[in-house]
Amino acid sequence: MTIESLPPGSSPPGSSPPGSWPDGDAHRTDVPVLEVDDLTVTFTRRGEQATRAVDGISFSVTPGETIGLVGESGCGKSVTSLAVMGLLPRRGVRIGGSVRFDGQELVGADQRRLRALRGADMAMVFQDPLSSLNPVVPIGTQVTEVLLEHRGMSRREAADEATRLLDRVGIPDPTRRLKEYPHQLSGGMRQRALIAMALACSPRLLIADEPTTALDVTIQAQILELLRELVVDSGTALVMITHDLGVVAGLCDRVHVMYAGKIIETADRHELFARPRQPYTGGLLASVPRLDAGRGVPLTPIRGSARDAIPWAEGCAFAPRCDNAQDDCLTEVAGSTVPLEYDGPGRELRCRHPLEHPSVGAGATAAGAAR
Amino acid sequence: MTVLGQYKRERIDALAAQAGQPEGEGGVSLTRSAFRRLRRDPVAITGAVIVLVFLAVAAFAPLLAPRDPITQYLLSEIRPGSIPGPRQGFPLGVDNLGRDLLSRLIWGSRQSLLIGFVSTVLGVLVGMTLGILAGAFGGWVDAVVMRFVDILLSIPGLLMAITVSVLLGQSQTSLMIAIAVTQVPIFARLLRGSMLAQRGSDYAVAARALGVRRGRIVFGHVLPNSLSPVIVQATLSLATAIIEAAALSFLGLGDPDIARPEWGAMLANAQDFLSVRPALAIWPALCIIVVALGFTLLGERLREALDPKFRR
Repeated sequence: MTIESLPPGSSPPGSSPPGSWPDGDAHRTDVPVLEVDDLTVTFTRRGEQATRAVDGISFSVTPGETIGLVGESGCGKSVTSLAVMGLLPRRGVRIGGSVRFDGQELVGADQRRLRALRGADMAMVFQDPLSSLNPVVPIGTQVTEVLLEHRGMSRREAADEATRLLDRVGIPDPTRRLKEYPHQLSGGMRQRALIAMALACSPRLLIADEPTTALDVTIQAQILELLRELVVDSGTALVMITHDLGVVAGLCDRVHVMYAGKIIETADRHELFARPRQPYTGGLLASVPRLDAGRGVPLTPIRGSARDAIPWAEGCAFAPRCDNAQDDCLTEVAGSTVPLEYDGPGRELRCRHPLEHPSVGAGATAAGAAR
Repeated sequence: MTVLGQYKRERIDALAAQAGQPEGEGGVSLTRSAFRRLRRDPVAITGAVIVLVFLAVAAFAPLLAPRDPITQYLLSEIRPGSIPGPRQGFPLGVDNLGRDLLSRLIWGSRQSLLIGFVSTVLGVLVGMTLGILAGAFGGWVDAVVMRFVDILLSIPGLLMAITVSVLLGQSQTSLMIAIAVTQVPIFARLLRGSMLAQRGSDYAVAARALGVRRGRIVFGHVLPNSLSPVIVQATLSLATAIIEAAALSFLGLGDPDIARPEWGAMLANAQDFLSVRPALAIWPALCIIVVALGFTLLGERLREALDPKFRR
């Protein structure tokens, strides 16, 4: 049975989704595939102070939905994805909160069960396609490996299926490519091969960790288009991890902006671009070079770097870099963090002095002004 | 929109198809491209030629040796204080007992290479097993294995080899084991370090993210990527093993069977006659040096050919 011949939304043989989304054109259901609730990841090292890389974040993804986790390097995006996949080392890492896939708790789950889920029901595409492929093994072996592992195919069936998978992700001459080694493929083709491996078992959740960062612009567009097709065709839930707002604009339905391990703003894509409320989001948008800005107009980066964050317990971690920061952005009472609050329909915001937009609804403005 | 002429379109298609053609059949692995580079390297070729010549000599010793290596020829000049030099029928002369030096050197290559190869293979096998254990499991297995290896490493190689061969008794087998024991810690440490470096690599994490089993990740992904330093070290170790074999024989811990001439033993035998006929020591010494040089040249260049830093 080929991937293409599968009716959208049905489960492939070998994987075990209980069919929680309906057949037909509408993949979107309100039942989330993945629910992350108050996830914390702390790195501990003997003799050193513990580092909290992810600090109580919550989000969920439903089938056919694409959400974006956006933020600068070091804000905890990748650690979040590794924690969801259960790929963080056991030693020196404390994970708190809950990650539910299809209602099953993954935090603290048995390694064997996690391994059975990974690759079959949830898969991941990494940032650097060259280093994510084994340099000494032909592409074909690496693609068939997944099929042999999860779908119980014979070697011959797996080889045929691998050809179809490479064809599906748009690699020309797949039979020949299967025999080749990663260094013989172009960057775009490597990323396509990795996506093919991730798709091999029609996972219901795909996490893409900056999948286009290492590629040039034309290839980026192709890869994004491929991911979009995938979401539309098979109702996969997609989590895009990126620092590229262009990717967000092109692909994501909902966006969570992260800073120093916490979500600081959540909004629909259009809302976020039209009316960023967190000064950090505003800064991110402002630092993208614009074609319509006149020549000679300087870019407006956010001051400082992510290292200038202060602990959330002391107030708003972004305060040192924020133009809107005022005295009450630092807390008087230790531990009373700036909360993530309702900020209009579908929006959440963690800020005491958000950016104001004339067209924002009165409720949201009041919520901002009340502080 | 510009419409291309039919001819131009066909030509473009043909050129595009041509550009997409593979250079050879199937894929080119990194190992194969490393060997391509070796073939163009004069130093590596020199090393390989030396090694191949000695291998051929060892393999065809019965055909190449002009005389029997243990028959004593009663030449009239042999008496205390005089050992005959090169002459008709004895191109390099004879030793103190009247045995043909050239034939002994040729037969001796068999012993030296055999001991070198067997002990290195043995050392690689045991060392790799320990290295895989430590590198694949980590944690307390790693700690136990590596402390054991540290103990082995803390004893000087030759001293260890002497101790082992004394404990095992004098024989060719014990000589091989003794040398292998000195090689084990080197390979264990090398492979373990190399595997630890590869274990955290992106492709290992990516394989885990696809739900690949740990055993497959270790043997299918991590190990193949960790092997190149081991291959290089094995080539270099062949040189060391041959030298150590000669050293042990020189110290009288070698093969007691006089029917199997060996360079180290010949060297030891020659020390009493250094003032009379230094050639008796020079020839076997030269053989040891040249073989070791051959393996070292080959090993060094192999290291460079396999090193990603030197890749185009």
